[in-house]
Amino acid sequence: MLALLARRFNDLDLADEAVQDALIEAATVWPIRGIPANTEGWLLTVARRKAVDRIRRAQAASRRIRRAAPELVELHGGAMQMDDDETRAQMISDDNPEQAAGDEHLRLVLLCCHPALDPDTQVALTLRLVGGLTTTEIASAFLLSEATLAQRIVRAKRKIRDAGVPLSIPVSLDTRVAAVLRVLYLIFNEGYLTHGDRDAVVRVDLVEEAIRLTRVVGSLLPDNAETHGLLALELFHRARIDGRIDPAGELVLLEDQDRSRWNLATIREANTALHRALSLMHPGVFQMQAVIAGHHANARTAADTDWTAIANAYSQLGKMDPSPVVALNHAVAVAMADGPGAGLALLETIDGLDRYHLFHAARGEMLLRSGRNAAATQAFNDAVALTDNPAEQRHLNRRIAAARTR
Amino acid sequence: MDYMILIHSDETAPRPGPGEPGFDEMMAEWFAYNQRLIDGGHWIAGASLQPTTTATTVRRTWGADASIIDGPFAETKEQLGGFYLVKARDLDEALELAKAIPIPVGSFEVRPVAFRPDAT
Repeated sequence: MLALLARRFNDLDLADEAVQDALIEAATVWPIRGIPANTEGWLLTVARRKAVDRIRRAQAASRRIRRAAPELVELHGGAMQMDDDETRAQMISDDNPEQAAGDEHLRLVLLCCHPALDPDTQVALTLRLVGGLTTTEIASAFLLSEATLAQRIVRAKRKIRDAGVPLSIPVSLDTRVAAVLRVLYLIFNEGYLTHGDRDAVVRVDLVEEAIRLTRVVGSLLPDNAETHGLLALELFHRARIDGRIDPAGELVLLEDQDRSRWNLATIREANTALHRALSLMHPGVFQMQAVIAGHHANARTAADTDWTAIANAYSQLGKMDPSPVVALNHAVAVAMADGPGAGLALLETIDGLDRYHLFHAARGEMLLRSGRNAAATQAFNDAVALTDNPAEQRHLNRRIAAARTR
Repeated sequence: MDYMILIHSDETAPRPGPGEPGFDEMMAEWFAYNQRLIDGGHWIAGASLQPTTTATTVRRTWGADASIIDGPFAETKEQLGGFYLVKARDLDEALELAKAIPIPVGSFEVRPVAFRPDAT
């Protein structure tokens, strides 16, 4: 089958990936729908479809870069190959199409994450040019005004052009990785949480895009523990993405999710990536977050969740990277481990999240569990007013109803 | 592209004078750095400045004659002490050149040149 596909697409790596994709699909579909009569024919059909998908994705990525890049590229003169359609076409047909698109992607990501740009600008620019998000979506993800963000992007493009920031893969890639990983994680989150997207609850393409780029960076930097930690973190979330939305398109809380819908193969892959990261003995914030996500993903029921271990992990994460959002998550874990009273006491100590809907949502849950329904209703109302995401709004409205009837 | 590297460092920091221990070594580093710029085709110009105690600022404001002020443009913890004007492929190369400047403590502002009347 591999040889057949390799000849069909003239690309052994692509064929190999496609067969793997087909086998993974078989492992998910066959236990549910039964084993097809012609197993080999089924696999070949699926593998061929997966191969075409991969080529299309690579081409779409390539088109997106071309759309994003011309204004940056033309000012660099002919030194860059990105505006050279002939070269690209050759790269894509002769080389592994995903590889070629991946290198181009990485080049663009590195440009967007260049240290000559300030960190906030790096994130905004990557989401705009690599992620293809609108300024509205980016502004909403960062709790900024759209005008501020648009101006930041314009300034960044101008600096890239005028200061001669290069579109190249630097020799000292390691020093640029932290910024890249941070940016990839934010792209992943944008896909996962879909701020401002009214059509799809989960924008899977951005999730896949972030994972794909993380793999690319991981293959370029095999000894970078945080890259594998980030990959593990993304995969743990990816594995649970189907359980996060019910058939009616509504958000389902982690504790209420149907865990049989979680993708066990992806969880296993995430466990492997996390193990690989931790064995490099170079701890970091992404690995710590992956440890937390792993505790959730590997718990077979919500009741099996080791909230004490998760609370401890959040406490360590807070020491590595203190932030109000980490403090909020720590409070939530403590509320689960030691009761809502302990969680509410920790929430009192957090500053700076007044405009963050999840702070009010978490507070509402803790108040509800303490039997303080009127206060819980108020907290959920505060949360609704602060989010644009329709699925989250519907979920919060259900919680308001629960607080009123209980 | 042409880049100006503005060298800011604390001019009161102790450094060896001619004939003092360490002076020759310090100067050897600077000569080596300058040679690197020349050999790499980066060199356009460069100079070390006298300390800011020798600076005089001409300040012109709207509607008034230029005034002459004793001292540098701004009093700062680190002072402009010298510059290089270099040719570099891109900002990354210019930053690498700036990083190699043989000063243990200081800030090297790298700015692309907008226009140079003597440029070829």
